[in-house]
Amino acid sequence: MSGRLAGWASAATWSRVALPAVIVLMGVTFASLNPNFYSATNLRNVARQTAILGITACGQTMVILSGGFDLSVGMVIGLISVAGSLVMSQWGLWPGMVAGLLMGVVVGGLNGVMVATAGLPPFIATLATFSAARGLALILSGGLPITDLPADYRWLGAGHLLTLPLPAVIAAVVFVGCHVLMKKTRFGRYVYAIGGSEEAAVFSGVPVVRYKVTVWSFHGLLVGAAAVILTSRAVSGHATLGEGAELESIAATVIGGTALGRGRGSIFNTFLGVVAMGVLTNGLNLINVSTYYQMVAMGVIIAGAVYVDQWRHRQR
Amino acid sequence: MRGIWKAFGAVQALRGVDLELWPGEVLGLVGDNAAGKSTLMKVLTGVHRPDAGEIVLADRRVAFHSPRDSRALGIEMIYQNLALAPNLDVVANVFLGREVTRRALPHAVEWLDERRMESETRSLLDRLRITIDSVRRPVERLSGGQQQAVAIARAVAFQARVVIMDEPTASLAVKEVGKVLDLVGTLRGKGVSVILISHRLQDIFSVADRVMVLLGGQCVAVRRVAETTMDEVVKHIVGAEAGGLDHLASGR
Repeated sequence: MSGRLAGWASAATWSRVALPAVIVLMGVTFASLNPNFYSATNLRNVARQTAILGITACGQTMVILSGGFDLSVGMVIGLISVAGSLVMSQWGLWPGMVAGLLMGVVVGGLNGVMVATAGLPPFIATLATFSAARGLALILSGGLPITDLPADYRWLGAGHLLTLPLPAVIAAVVFVGCHVLMKKTRFGRYVYAIGGSEEAAVFSGVPVVRYKVTVWSFHGLLVGAAAVILTSRAVSGHATLGEGAELESIAATVIGGTALGRGRGSIFNTFLGVVAMGVLTNGLNLINVSTYYQMVAMGVIIAGAVYVDQWRHRQR
Repeated sequence: MRGIWKAFGAVQALRGVDLELWPGEVLGLVGDNAAGKSTLMKVLTGVHRPDAGEIVLADRRVAFHSPRDSRALGIEMIYQNLALAPNLDVVANVFLGREVTRRALPHAVEWLDERRMESETRSLLDRLRITIDSVRRPVERLSGGQQQAVAIARAVAFQARVVIMDEPTASLAVKEVGKVLDLVGTLRGKGVSVILISHRLQDIFSVADRVMVLLGGQCVAVRRVAETTMDEVVKHIVGAEAGGLDHLASGR
């Protein structure tokens, strides 16, 4: 009986049947509570607002599949927002955006080196980065937003491509790219292998340290991209811009069905997780549930999703 | 392997061990804990470098600086429990670290050639007479014996000449032990040499040609399995023969 139950609740069933059903159910519920839910304007809003989460969740998922996880996302976004804006106000639009991406790679790589080379637990390494990034962002900005940004920059966050919000288009490209990377290339294969059994990967001749640092750096690049887009949307560099992004990206990953620390899950799972989170957040906003309650709800959802995953694993 | 010596600090782990292995031979390697079995195998696979002694492979003297070197010459070790990534399927595990790829853009993008890896995995399993219904299933869903079979298949997939198995039957159900031992016989039939490390003497007596006993870093006995008994081997393992007692008295 418990075997059948576990089969019913298997990860594949969750991502292919249950989660899409939950998303549809939420859609129907919110639409009946507020008819604006299905308006094109609102759906575009959902896509635009969820794009940042999608980009960070892709990186987070890859790091989680490799056996780590990143608590520093939000504060690193704040740091890049501030530092990138400073570069931009000095040297112009493109140098500022490129600097933002590069900073993401460097900070991500630093996390990767701490985890892979120095052997720090990801929890400690990224918590340290969290604190350092937050401090640096506040030092650089003096606690004030940086507002003298080029006017062209707004287009990145507010623009459209064929009526679709540009951030959502970028997120879609990131999703497809990451999916292909994880499923079709040696890189993705090794990330899964390292997450599944680091020893087996080592004994198979996989250069584990190099691949770990690479996956963290790539995740950093995506965090950098998220920061650059978010800063454009806010039209100012701000140290607290990404607050909570680490938990949201972890939540989207585990809601999608990717397990913490066992190398199981996928980018596609996370796509569903992101959609679910986007619909939920937007729906709760439309029916006027306060952000504070939403934060409480997210805590409950994260704990619940991880609990269900571990319960599923024990049934095997 | 001739006259292999190896010390770790003050501990003399190996004291001039000779090991001879013929093509298509199964050699059982036995000995108590800390007798030097795993150190000797780590020397053979290049994990450790010996302080003295030489390794000769097919009339050529070789020196290994890392496990990569020994693998390149066809020496494969199957570690107890560490060999497979449980979340990956059979194909991915067999080819882990040696994936077949197709060039999409020269020097830039390479795709995994799943179709080719899958068909090669199937024919490999067929050759070894291993039956697994789906090579696309994560190996954690396979039985312990099937997992061990995949680990062995993986080791011999790339022209292995010597396969070292560390306790391949230790964690298996009784009915699966026989299958793994059959597989050892299949490898021998294909000219692969096998070194079988096991605490289960019945395994060694059922499949090995010769058995070698290590004690205190020295080889204390090499016997043809057909010409010895488990009792005799056990005596050598615990050092109860005269030589073994002398050895203990000499203060190791």
